[in-house]
Amino acid sequence: MKHNIVIIGAGPSGIEAAHCLAVSGEHVTVFEKMEDPLENLRNKAFLFPDFTSASELTETFRTKLQHPYITYRGGTSITDMERMDGRWVLTTDRGEKIDTDDVILATGYRPFDASRKEELGYGIYNGVVTSLDMEKMLLRGRVVNSIGDLPSRVAFLQCVGSRDSKVGNNYCSKVCCITAAKQAVEVKKLLPEAEVFIFYMDLRMWGQGFEEIYRSSQQDYGIRYIRGRISEAAGTFDGKVQIKAEDTLTGLPMKMSTDLLVLMVGMEPSEGTRMLAGRCGICGEYGFARSENRHLYDNVTSREGLYLCGSCKRPMCLEDVISDARSAAMELLKSR
Amino acid sequence: MKNFSPFVIPFTVGLIILLAACCIKWVRWYRHFTPVQKSQIRKNLISVNLIRALVESVNECLLHHRVFRRNLMLGYMHGSIALGWFLLIVTGAVEAGLEVHGDRHVWVAVFLRYFVHDPEAVCPYAGIFAQVMDSLLLVVLSGVSLAFVKSVYHKVVGMRKVTRHTAFDLFAKYSLWFIFPMRLAAESATASLYPNGGWLTDAVGSLFSVETARLMELPLWGLYSFSLGLFFASMPFSRYMHIFTEVPVIFFRRLGVRETDRRSGYTMYELSACSRCGICIDDCPLNRDLDHKTVQPVYFLRDIRYKRPQLETAEDCLMCGRCQVECPVGLDLISIRRQMRDRGTLDTAGTYDYLEKVKPFNAIGRVGYFGGCMSHLTPGITESMKKIFDAAGQKYWYMDENGSVCCGRPLYQQGFSVQAAELRRKNTRLIKDSGVKILITSCPICYQSFTKEYRLEGVKVMHHSEYIAGLIASGRIVVTRGDESITYHDPCELGRGCGIYDEPRKVLEASGRLLKTGQEREKSLCCGHNLGNTLISFEEQGKIRDSALSNLTAPAPDIIATGCPMCKKALGTGNDLKIMDIAEVVARRLIFS
Ligand code: SF4
Ligand code: SF4
Ligand code: SF4
Repeated sequence: MKHNIVIIGAGPSGIEAAHCLAVSGEHVTVFEKMEDPLENLRNKAFLFPDFTSASELTETFRTKLQHPYITYRGGTSITDMERMDGRWVLTTDRGEKIDTDDVILATGYRPFDASRKEELGYGIYNGVVTSLDMEKMLLRGRVVNSIGDLPSRVAFLQCVGSRDSKVGNNYCSKVCCITAAKQAVEVKKLLPEAEVFIFYMDLRMWGQGFEEIYRSSQQDYGIRYIRGRISEAAGTFDGKVQIKAEDTLTGLPMKMSTDLLVLMVGMEPSEGTRMLAGRCGICGEYGFARSENRHLYDNVTSREGLYLCGSCKRPMCLEDVISDARSAAMELLKSR
Repeated sequence: MKNFSPFVIPFTVGLIILLAACCIKWVRWYRHFTPVQKSQIRKNLISVNLIRALVESVNECLLHHRVFRRNLMLGYMHGSIALGWFLLIVTGAVEAGLEVHGDRHVWVAVFLRYFVHDPEAVCPYAGIFAQVMDSLLLVVLSGVSLAFVKSVYHKVVGMRKVTRHTAFDLFAKYSLWFIFPMRLAAESATASLYPNGGWLTDAVGSLFSVETARLMELPLWGLYSFSLGLFFASMPFSRYMHIFTEVPVIFFRRLGVRETDRRSGYTMYELSACSRCGICIDDCPLNRDLDHKTVQPVYFLRDIRYKRPQLETAEDCLMCGRCQVECPVGLDLISIRRQMRDRGTLDTAGTYDYLEKVKPFNAIGRVGYFGGCMSHLTPGITESMKKIFDAAGQKYWYMDENGSVCCGRPLYQQGFSVQAAELRRKNTRLIKDSGVKILITSCPICYQSFTKEYRLEGVKVMHHSEYIAGLIASGRIVVTRGDESITYHDPCELGRGCGIYDEPRKVLEASGRLLKTGQEREKSLCCGHNLGNTLISFEEQGKIRDSALSNLTAPAPDIIATGCPMCKKALGTGNDLKIMDIAEVVARRLIFS
């Protein structure tokens, strides 16, 4: 079997790149380890900064994936890839060999496993959830505490698994600050009576419209920001979570009990990213894939015919992922 | 004077200096023993311990049994010189007693061959003595040769690093090495002139012509005496003082003398009992993983003994106890390190006022459970313990669930002895007032503190592994054995610190498939996060941890288990391996009836 171009990963970046190539007349095969594409995006409710419904985007991407020049192979993972005689040979989990000229790696990220921060009690106390769990609750339009009641207090904690040398991730995941602000607003919209707190180290409201959400979250929604990391969480007999933190602005230790503690988990390279970047010798810091040059050749790698796009390189927000996918497609076309 | 020649003077002077210095030191140090230490000695003086001490002295100071266990060649090196020389002295004295009558000065036995030219005439066994003495000399010479080879090629005795000695120690060492070849040469020269040699000295002596032997005899005996004198005079001030301190240390220890929080006369004995053999260097994690070259006990003790202690050296130690396991003299290295960190006098008034707020609790009929400060960061452990208590139908009092008071050991290890005592006082009162008879803790740091630093008469302190092992053995809880494979990390504080190795293993074997690792039990590797060291950086801790992990992951287990919240956190840092406490391993496999 001969394929011109293979894209590994059918998240927003993989699909966008595939679609760009398809409309330019190239035949593309997209491999995805899950049956369904867009695993991460499907679990989102609304997108920052404008609260667009995520399902709208999901639909758009699904349509793009229908392009006649795109072959979608869901439920197939690539377990190995090797450069042979000027072509890439990919091995699938079914032992099939796929021979192609070019490969775009769009294997993306995985959310940080919050149970690795044991002191925060995820997986131990039901009142402790991650930003992903929260997103699912928001998607259902119903936020509940550990015993199924409406929470009267919700606390968000930033930088879980990011900027933390204890877990080996010194980098900032870039999207969780604004995600927390966004989720806090949504919680407040659903539960106007609830008290909502956000514990942070510093707030990185870098994008267009982010600062506005941040301001409005305080002014219009009464969300309270506390500078300080939560050092430990413990379950109480009535299913709440007691947290200990230090308010680093006042310098005072504080204790608080809350119905829900939401851990804003960061982004780590996905298994596929780690494995394939390793196989191709382009493994960068923290297991992300490394591009040739961050400024000029950010979609190109040191290996001929191997391109990168999206969050397999580093934490990225959706907007950036989409532009990056287009630029990867462009790089590939240029080399033709 | 009969049986005298001027060449004996250097030896005699050296011997006088040695004996005088030793006596002065011994007496001075003994006077600095604490009253408790002295009363220990008086109390146990007439007891079987004395015999045990004697046996240990022979085993260690002469046979070097512990060194042999570490490495055969190294054991032979130490043993051949020590035992060989000792027997040379004893046999020589006996022989002199039989062969010399009158004017038996101290040096006569040492230079016997020079003074007794025809021993067969006075003693029928002289021939046997000559052969035995020659053989012993050869044994010593082989040890010295091995020591020489070791100094250029350490691997021959299984050492990666050897001690970097001071110039003075080297001087003493070379004079020691010189003694035996000189003795051989001198005795051989005499043997070629008179019929008093053994097989070795006769053989070497036959290489001398009569003229050379005549010419060389006296200068060779002079050199022999001179090297003996030099060595003896340098002994009390060099590492060789250990020869005269190891035995008293063994006796004191057997009689129940222990190190105290402050330096005492006993410490002085211990300091001098270190032979600077350097055995403590190789396995020290700070050496192995971080290449910190000056902090190991060999250097640390030397610095204190020569009164140039370095605070940084005192601080840069994990207190993991690995060196103590290896030390052939069995010195209490951790306590000496702690003494040097003395910060007890630091003013911390007011810091502990909060203790008053912690209220007593009546827990009669329950067991006490003390999670420890670290367990607050590992709720997986404390939650599992709750499950286990419930499954066993055991009522418990979670003593430090809210408003916990630290056991004090982290402070204690850092030298805050007075402050730690304050915390101990509070906890002791809480425990005693509660009425519990059993106190269980998940933290080996607290466990070591409760068992060694507290006085909790009437309360049985248990590590949770002991408690759980008991529950399983008595059938109070039932666990299903899974087929997950497990390797176990011995926490320093629990294993080397308290000698608990078997109970955690029993518990794990009941829950899964326990695999062996390359270094376990007393040889286990520190996780790098031991509270003993506040000096090394996070990255440095990481390197030590990775060593420990490579040992634990080598058999490719599904789970790495440990029995310490600190180790659990440390081992899980910067990776996503499955690290679990034994309580968690058990709690997952509980069967509720
Ligand atoms: S984006 Fe914010 S929450 Fe996320 S890692 Fe960076 S600073 Fe922390
Ligand atoms: S402390 Fe023990 S092991 Fe280390 S040099 Fe001294 S005697 Fe040898
Ligand atoms: S206690 Fe551990 S860290 Fe300290 S010197 Fe001994 S082996 Fe090294």
